[in-house]
Amino acid sequence: MLVLKSLDIDLTKSETRTLLGFSLLYSFLVLVIISGISFIYYKFQKDLMLQEKRHLLQEYSNDLIFQLKDLHINFDKYKFYPRDEKFNSAIFDSDKKLIFSTLKSKDVKFDKVAYISKNMIHFIEEPESYYLGAKYVIMEVPDDNLWFNLVKNDIITYSLIAFIFMLILGYFISKLFLKPMRDALHLLDRFIKDTTHELNTPISAIITNIEMIDKDDLDEKVLRKINRIDIGAKTISNIYEDLTFLTLNNKIISQNEELDLSNILEQRVEYFSSLATIKKINFVLNIKKDVYLNIDIKKISKLIDNLISNAIKYNKIAGTITVGLEDNILIIEDTGKGMNKENLSNLFERYSRFDKSVGGFGIGLNIVSLIAKEYNLNINVVSKINEGTKIEVKW
Amino acid sequence: MVKLILIMILSFSFLQATKIRTVYEKNCIKCHKKLPVSIDKYFYRYLLKYSSETNVKKSMFEYLKKPNKKMTIMPEAFIKRFGIKKKTKLSDEKLNQALDIYWEKYKVFGKLK
Repeated sequence: MLVLKSLDIDLTKSETRTLLGFSLLYSFLVLVIISGISFIYYKFQKDLMLQEKRHLLQEYSNDLIFQLKDLHINFDKYKFYPRDEKFNSAIFDSDKKLIFSTLKSKDVKFDKVAYISKNMIHFIEEPESYYLGAKYVIMEVPDDNLWFNLVKNDIITYSLIAFIFMLILGYFISKLFLKPMRDALHLLDRFIKDTTHELNTPISAIITNIEMIDKDDLDEKVLRKINRIDIGAKTISNIYEDLTFLTLNNKIISQNEELDLSNILEQRVEYFSSLATIKKINFVLNIKKDVYLNIDIKKISKLIDNLISNAIKYNKIAGTITVGLEDNILIIEDTGKGMNKENLSNLFERYSRFDKSVGGFGIGLNIVSLIAKEYNLNINVVSKINEGTKIEVKW
Repeated sequence: MVKLILIMILSFSFLQATKIRTVYEKNCIKCHKKLPVSIDKYFYRYLLKYSSETNVKKSMFEYLKKPNKKMTIMPEAFIKRFGIKKKTKLSDEKLNQALDIYWEKYKVFGKLK
C-alpha cells in the first residue's frame, strides 16, 4: 500500500464518479428509510395521542347524548341544541345528512373514529338510540399541537443521529467495496515499479555503451544498426523515466533552480533527433536564447520530452515539428493527425490514448499535466484533424 | 289574458295543496286525534329507531301497508290497550303524500337553535 500512496493514485475521475454515484444513492436510500421510519413513528404517536383524547371525548359525548335524549323527549317544548364551551359538536342522520352543527371544521370523516382536521381533534360516536335522528355524534376539541412539537423534535434529533451513523457506516461500506479495486491497482503499480526497477540497469548499460562506441570507425551498415539500437534504447528509457516519475519522482521534493530553458530545449530536441529521423521528421526551431525559468531540471525535461515524443509519435511521415520558445511561452507544434473535441476533453487523463495504433501507455500527457499543475503552468491545446496539434505551455 | 292564466295557475296550485293536506288530515289526523297519544310521539319514536328521512318514511310506509306486531315501534302495553291499526286503504301515491306532509311537519332539520 506504500507504493500506492507514493504513486498518489487516488481515484481517477470515473472511479470518483462511481463513488459519488454510490454516495448519492446510499444517502438517498438512507433518507428514504429514515423518512419511512419517521412517518411510522409520527402515525404511531398521533394514534397514541388520539387514543388518549378519545377517553375524554367519550365522556363529553356521553354528556351530549344524555342532553340530546332530553331534548328528543321534550322537542315539542324547547328546541335549543345543547352546547358546551369545552367542545363543539354536530349530529348527522343515518344518511350522513347534517342535522345540526357547532363544529369549526366542516370536514367530517365518517370512516374514522378519531381524526385531526384543521387543527381540531374529532371523535365520532354512534349512540344506541338515534335521539333527534342522530346516528352520528361528532365531537370536536382544539388540538394544542404539543404532541406534534414533541414528535417533531424527536424525529429531527433521532433522524440526524441515524443519518450520521448511516453515513459513517456507508463510509466503511464504500471502503470495503473499494478494497478489491485498490488491491488490483496496488498490484499493478507494484508490478510496474518492480519492472521499471529491473529495466534500469540494462537500459543504462545499453545507452552508455552506445555512447561509448566510436562511430567514426564503423561502416554505414553497422552504424545504421547501432542507431536503431540507440533509438530503441532511448524509447525504452523514455518509458522507463515516465514510469519512474509516476512511481517516485512526483513525490520527491522538487529541487527548483533558475534554468536556461533555451539550452535544455535544444538538448532535448537533439536527444530526440535520432527518433525523429526514422519517420523523416524535420525539426523547425524558433528558440529564443537565454530564456530562464525557475524549475526542477528533471521535471521540465520530462515535460519537454513527453511533448516532443508525442509530436513524433503522432506525426505523419516526413512531417514537421516546430519548437518555439519565447520569454513566457513554449510551443510544440506537429503536422500530424490532429484530434477531435472529444479526444481533447480527456487528453490529460491517465491511461487515455486516442490512437491505439500508436504504442504507449497513455501516461505521457498525464505527467505533463501533473508537472504543469505543480508549477502553475498553463497548457493550451489547439488541434485540427489532418492538420496537426499545437501545444502551448505558458508561465 | 295573462291575468287569466295567472289566476288559473294559482287556483290550480291552491286546489292541489288543499287536496294534499286533506290526504294527511283526512286519513291520519282524523283517527289519531281520538287516541290519547298525540301523533308527533309516533314520529319521534320512528326517528329514534330509524334516524334518516328515507328510513323513517320507508318503515312507516311498510307498517301502514301491512301493520303487524313485529314491525310496530310502540311499546307492548300500548298495543295491548289499543291493538294494531287497520291496514291503510290509501294508494301508494297518496300514502307517500301523507307521509311527506307528516315528515315536513315534525322533522328536526332547520328547527334546532
